[in-house]
Amino acid sequence: MTRMTRRGALRILALTASSGLALAAGTATAQEDPVTIGYAVARTGANATGAGITTIPNYELWVRDVNEAGGLTMPDGSQRMIEVIEYDDRSSNEDLVRAIERLASQDEVDLILPPWGTGSNLAAAPLFARFGYPQLAATSVTDMAPQFADRWDRSFWMLGGGHDYASGLVDVLKGALDAGTINNQVAVVSVADGFGIDLIKAARPAFEEAGFELVYDETYPLGTSDFAAILSEAQSSGADSFVAFSYPPGSFGMTKTAQSMGYNPAVFYVGVGGAFPVYPDIANGQPDGVMAVGGVNADSPEIQDYFERHTEFVGQPPDSWASAITYASLEMLEQAIERVGLDKEALSEELASGTFDTIIGEVQLENNQLRDLWWVGQWQDGAFRAVGPADKDGAVAPVIPKPDW
Amino acid sequence: MLTTLILGLVLGGTYALLALGLTLQYGIARIMNLAYGELTLIAAFVVVAAFQAAGIPPLAALIAVVPAGYALGWVLYTVMMRPLVARSESRGRLEIDSILATFGLLFLIQGVLLVSFGANFTSISYLDRGVNVFGVSVALNRLIAFGICVVAAGALIWALARTRWGLVMRAVALTPGSAPLVGIDVNRVARQGFALGTALAAAGGVSVAMYQTFSATGGVVFTMKALVIVIMGGVGNVAGALIAGLALGLIETFVSTTIDPGLTMAATFLIFLIVLLWRPQGLFGRG
Amino acid sequence: MTRLLLPLAGLVVLAALPGFVSEYGLGLMIGAVTYVTLASAWALFSGYTRYISLATVAFYGTGAYVVAVLNEVLPYPLVLLVAALIGGAMALVVGLSTLRLAGVYFVIFTFGLSELVRQLITWYEVNVTGTLGRYIFLDISARGIYWQMLALAAVTIGLTAWIHRRPLGLALRVVGDDETVAAHSGINLARTKLIAFVLSSVILTLAGAIVSPRWVYVEPSIVFNPTVSFLTVIMALLGGANRLVGPALGAVPLFLTFEWLSANFPDTYSIFMGLLFIGVVFALPEGVLAGVDRLRARKLRAAA
Repeated sequence: MTRMTRRGALRILALTASSGLALAAGTATAQEDPVTIGYAVARTGANATGAGITTIPNYELWVRDVNEAGGLTMPDGSQRMIEVIEYDDRSSNEDLVRAIERLASQDEVDLILPPWGTGSNLAAAPLFARFGYPQLAATSVTDMAPQFADRWDRSFWMLGGGHDYASGLVDVLKGALDAGTINNQVAVVSVADGFGIDLIKAARPAFEEAGFELVYDETYPLGTSDFAAILSEAQSSGADSFVAFSYPPGSFGMTKTAQSMGYNPAVFYVGVGGAFPVYPDIANGQPDGVMAVGGVNADSPEIQDYFERHTEFVGQPPDSWASAITYASLEMLEQAIERVGLDKEALSEELASGTFDTIIGEVQLENNQLRDLWWVGQWQDGAFRAVGPADKDGAVAPVIPKPDW
Repeated sequence: MLTTLILGLVLGGTYALLALGLTLQYGIARIMNLAYGELTLIAAFVVVAAFQAAGIPPLAALIAVVPAGYALGWVLYTVMMRPLVARSESRGRLEIDSILATFGLLFLIQGVLLVSFGANFTSISYLDRGVNVFGVSVALNRLIAFGICVVAAGALIWALARTRWGLVMRAVALTPGSAPLVGIDVNRVARQGFALGTALAAAGGVSVAMYQTFSATGGVVFTMKALVIVIMGGVGNVAGALIAGLALGLIETFVSTTIDPGLTMAATFLIFLIVLLWRPQGLFGRG
Repeated sequence: MTRLLLPLAGLVVLAALPGFVSEYGLGLMIGAVTYVTLASAWALFSGYTRYISLATVAFYGTGAYVVAVLNEVLPYPLVLLVAALIGGAMALVVGLSTLRLAGVYFVIFTFGLSELVRQLITWYEVNVTGTLGRYIFLDISARGIYWQMLALAAVTIGLTAWIHRRPLGLALRVVGDDETVAAHSGINLARTKLIAFVLSSVILTLAGAIVSPRWVYVEPSIVFNPTVSFLTVIMALLGGANRLVGPALGAVPLFLTFEWLSANFPDTYSIFMGLLFIGVVFALPEGVLAGVDRLRARKLRAAA
């Protein structure tokens, strides 16, 4: 008996000692051993503009927010600071692939954040899969997201597909057509790039099915800087609705050209860039009524708080489309880590099945995709507000016809 | 049709303005300046910054930016180009060296612009109300840009044709080898030509800033367009550049409205290639 | 015998290397070998003739695009063959029409050519096939790509060495020195330039085809990235474009420098790159190898 007790006591002693050591070691690592997070995003080249507006500011803002709060919380309640390793992919997929290999096999980072843009995310996807990292593609618009999610089961596609945005827009216009506020003629232009082509391909049948007629339908090359000719054709086509599936330079150029030539269609829709913070300046302070891809619930306190923090940290508000999604994807990551730690497999499972509380509300992915998205937004009273899908919580009614410039 | 004509001409005005400077730099200073578009962008960014920070209107900024462009060109030529000119025995060697050196300059300026102004698309709204020209609504800022082009080109053509300075310039452009024989300081003239070209690039930048949206990485588009025009008009041929610039604007607008906007740029390059093959001395050059 | 043995032994060592490096190390090696291939192939034509071509990416991108279009239709070796044929045909057409342009006109033409090819492919995809953006799901490992590229690089340098000693090589050098002299000495100028241009272009096309499976997603704006053309030129010139191993010697250190810069100075990367470019033009106009030769000659003179 005594021997056993002694032995038991010894064991308890040993246990306490070792757990005390472990505890000490635990606190030591919390201070000495940060979580390394790597990303390769375009600082230079053609993608630098998009990455500089949507991706980089949000990554930096999130890291600051987390580190100011003491770091990432682990499942055991300890906190670890984030340390960032960043590379420039020079807007080249070859460099991007190498940078991710470097992050994974050389720097052996704990997590990798995805690059900016559809093409970059696709080029990165096989590598994320090979190294086992979850990939929260928050700036990738692709109709093939379901296939990609099957192919790479740790990839998450958060920004929908061209088809979604096109039919979302048609739904909004259909409402106006039924109400008799616009005629059934539409002038549509699209940029000759993956994004523009995806949208126009989906939009053609959707418009026709809804009873619209495409009276002007042209594609212009990426890099076009003069839109006077295109817009004067659209103006003389007699369509009440002008739709441009465009990239930022085109969206901005067409807006300015439309204003200067006094082109005032009842619906003026532009693609990427319409939700950018600079858009009101581009539109000479008269953005109201312009529709564009994306949108946020501008009345939600979380979004308002996020806009304020972003403005304070970056110097300008975020764009009202992919920025909030990007930040929300990072919040998902943060919460998933708190629940399951840094194990990549557990993390991926948690991301796929968990429910997260983010600035865009409660998020749960369906088949590795974020489907609860805003497809169409409109500038109203100086803020870019979501108008479609109309039945989503926080949607406002579209203003059609748009007030004249 | 009238719409196409007017829009095309007004667009061509900016192209021509951009090309004038490049044709001077290549024609007189023998420097093929691949960083030309970036020089334009520097001016454009400065104008926008002045407008946004201090409310200085672009037309007023023009008065300061153009001399500043001249000064920058002067410095660039003295520091960077002159050593290349001095060491090259043949014209071909200088051409290759200048292309490579200015390509480095392109990256350098682009990097500096990115660091100082960020990667955002930038634009300002300045005098962009529509003005009725023969029943076609054209933005006032475009008309002003067109006006700047006409004034600059007119002054340049007059100065080259009628003044002693112009005579010297033309002499250097035509026969740099024998110009020293008649007492011309070729180095000084080349420096003036390069600086003047940079000043025109700055003027082009001001007009770009007035009505276009641009970003720090977009300079090469301007360089390309200007190059196309310079080749079409004939190297060093100011009047040729003016006509070719206007023609390019017309062609782009015409292709965009009647054929397919998707082929606008392809058409530009195709015409460019055809001119290169058929008349490398330019449409208006002496064969 | 050693002249042949030494390179062969080096090749064997290089081919065995992937077994000893990390994924990233392998990625670096692929990048370096790709640029060695590009710079050497570029120099095969431009190094001797001094025709500065900026059309590298027109061929490189075409190669990648051919793979993207055909990778699900044809077996891989056939895809490569088709890519080589298309690249060769393109080079033939371009060469026939443009090789009489000289100096700066040729430079600008080749620059415009890359843009034109990109625009036309975009237009074709948009209006005819209705797909922009294609996928390459080929099951080729990074090692496989490395070995293929290494073989291509070896062939390129071997071919350059071989041509060097043939009449064609001599003719090319005469063209580079003085075209008028070349024409007077009975060299068929057009044919000489054309053969070298086509050979060089086929290799560039193949390089694009081989490396493309690493990209997965291919779009005209991705594969026709003009930076590739510029990098190739500066690499070849740094090493010395008219030396056999000059382009390779320029490509490897420059590639590694750029990699290091983009890792450590992502914001100021392009400033450094610009300075480096200017520095090469000013300090080493004939390439590093010529600089080394000059230095050695000076030392010899000093010793004597």
